[in-house]
Amino acid sequence: MDTQYLKTDFLVVGGGTAGTMAGIKAKQASPESDVLILEKANIRRSGAIAMGMDGVNTAVIPGNSTPEQYTREITIANDGILNQKAVYETGRLGFELIQELESWGVKFQKDHEGNYDLKQVHRVGKYVLPMPEGKDLKKILARQVRRHKVRVTNRVMATRVIVQEGRVVGVTGLDVRSGDFVVIQAKAVVLSTGACGRLGLPASGYLYGTYENPTNAGDGYSMAYHAGAELNNIECFQINPLIKDYNGPACAYVASPFGAYTANAEGNRFISCDYWSGQMMLEMWKELNSGKGPVHLKMYHLDDDTISEIETILWANERPSRGRFHEGRGENYRTHGVEMNISEIGLCSGHSASGVWVNERAETTVPGLYAAGDMASVPHNYMIGAFVYGRIAAENAMTYVQGLEHIEPDANFLTAEKNRIYQPLNNPNGVPHTQMEYKLRRMVNDYLQPPKSPHKMDIGLSKFVAYEETLNLMGAKDPHELMRCMEVHFIRDCAEMAARASLYRKESRWGLYHYRLDYPEKNSEEWFCHVNIKKTADGEMTLFKRPVQPYIVDVNLEQEVYDVAVR
Amino acid sequence: MALTTQRVDVPVIVDESKCLKKCIACIEVCPLDVLAKNPETGKAYMKYDECWFCLPCEKECPTNAITVQIPFLLR
Repeated sequence: MDTQYLKTDFLVVGGGTAGTMAGIKAKQASPESDVLILEKANIRRSGAIAMGMDGVNTAVIPGNSTPEQYTREITIANDGILNQKAVYETGRLGFELIQELESWGVKFQKDHEGNYDLKQVHRVGKYVLPMPEGKDLKKILARQVRRHKVRVTNRVMATRVIVQEGRVVGVTGLDVRSGDFVVIQAKAVVLSTGACGRLGLPASGYLYGTYENPTNAGDGYSMAYHAGAELNNIECFQINPLIKDYNGPACAYVASPFGAYTANAEGNRFISCDYWSGQMMLEMWKELNSGKGPVHLKMYHLDDDTISEIETILWANERPSRGRFHEGRGENYRTHGVEMNISEIGLCSGHSASGVWVNERAETTVPGLYAAGDMASVPHNYMIGAFVYGRIAAENAMTYVQGLEHIEPDANFLTAEKNRIYQPLNNPNGVPHTQMEYKLRRMVNDYLQPPKSPHKMDIGLSKFVAYEETLNLMGAKDPHELMRCMEVHFIRDCAEMAARASLYRKESRWGLYHYRLDYPEKNSEEWFCHVNIKKTADGEMTLFKRPVQPYIVDVNLEQEVYDVAVR
Repeated sequence: MALTTQRVDVPVIVDESKCLKKCIACIEVCPLDVLAKNPETGKAYMKYDECWFCLPCEKECPTNAITVQIPFLLR
């Protein structure tokens, strides 16, 4: 195993939705600059949209809605805690990106008159734009990456961001096939590594049976933390209403515009809106814990043609193996509701609001370090938000790098990191990563799954802290296992942050996402603020309040309470 | 530490009669990097049981040699 040295002007870590767009936009902004995408899988089929996407969830299309309306909708859905300026950008710039994607061959649903066929899934506005032919989205993006002459290095996983002289100077990584240690010098870096999708353990017990693509193990959350960047509202977990056991979307976003709805075992509605919010998840939790569970996505009242159309969309896009899952159980949308359950926890700002702190310029608190996509703290940002923030990060980074010189990474830092990565190889008969990860994630379920109990979280926190030493027992036999070992480190960091942030915010907010049994009420007098985390100079995890930035769109939160219960 | 070889029911099934020796399409597109070539036969197989049952391997196989099952624990 050797050391590979690479050098670029702008490094994109993670070639998924945000990352491929960041690469393309960087070259559009500055064609003469060198841009490199680092991807631990292969950008042709990687990230959250490896098998495409069945719709856009945050499309602000002129004539249908405005960025102001969108910002207001998300402000209310996210209980007021957000940087409105950042959310506004998703509304302002999303349409341009939809048009550009269209020019590349991505198809969005249109009505008979050629207008975008928007659907209402949110509580008030129409922001869902179906894309029934969205299965090859990632292949189209990969083609544009090549056309724009963005360099790509597949199968290298970043492990740490290198910060020197108060700014980012590069990244270390592991070639997951050869096992080489990789050092990439860069003048600016965007982290776009997706969610922490492997935090809680799925009820099936299968480590990779997650909602998110399981390659997304919280890499960017952990790397940003160790780089000294702030992370934001980590206590606002991602918890989704999913197909029981399969753990993928059922999917009401696609099916509800056709007339499907979430129902209890008696076939009755208990929520008025299927949009994923913490408040909706709390209603789901209450229903499951009442005598009226389990709950299901109900389609069997629809006519055969409609159900066939839903099947065509759901079984070709995003999670196409849904069809064979139902078939294997002898279940059919015509006769059976799709039994749903509450997922294990994860971190993902694409769906909820837990991410690496960024402003409306995609800047983290470390100069030269940007974040975009599911891991960046722009709430409810979904796919279009990832594209928008990939673009914003790239355009700002290309301005930032002008006139900057590379800095030689510190040799001691590189040696220490190389030793950290390779440690499990020196211990090939150590505890396998699978057992190490299973136990860690089982404890995440035991101690962090809401509703949150302070004493349980205290125990959980002490176990996650102690687990740092336990990780030294891990052994690996090849570079692939080494990759998984490093991911367990990422997951542990996220678990500790999730416990600390949940203990810090002494109120309940965001419905089930942060429902504390000891503080069951919202307390805006003390907690109308962000909770941020960072690593201090002496290596301690510290938490503090950050004020919510002044609103740019007026919302009266006293009157506008997000309530989707059917009573 | 004592190690044991444990049998598992793996999700990715390769029809070796159809799998082409020189083709690595499935291996290249797997997001989890769990597929590999058996050095003795040159055929693809699931080396690590870490599957998201996402289907790129099956879709991109030029000879339809791959079938992805839902992992047994979820089935």
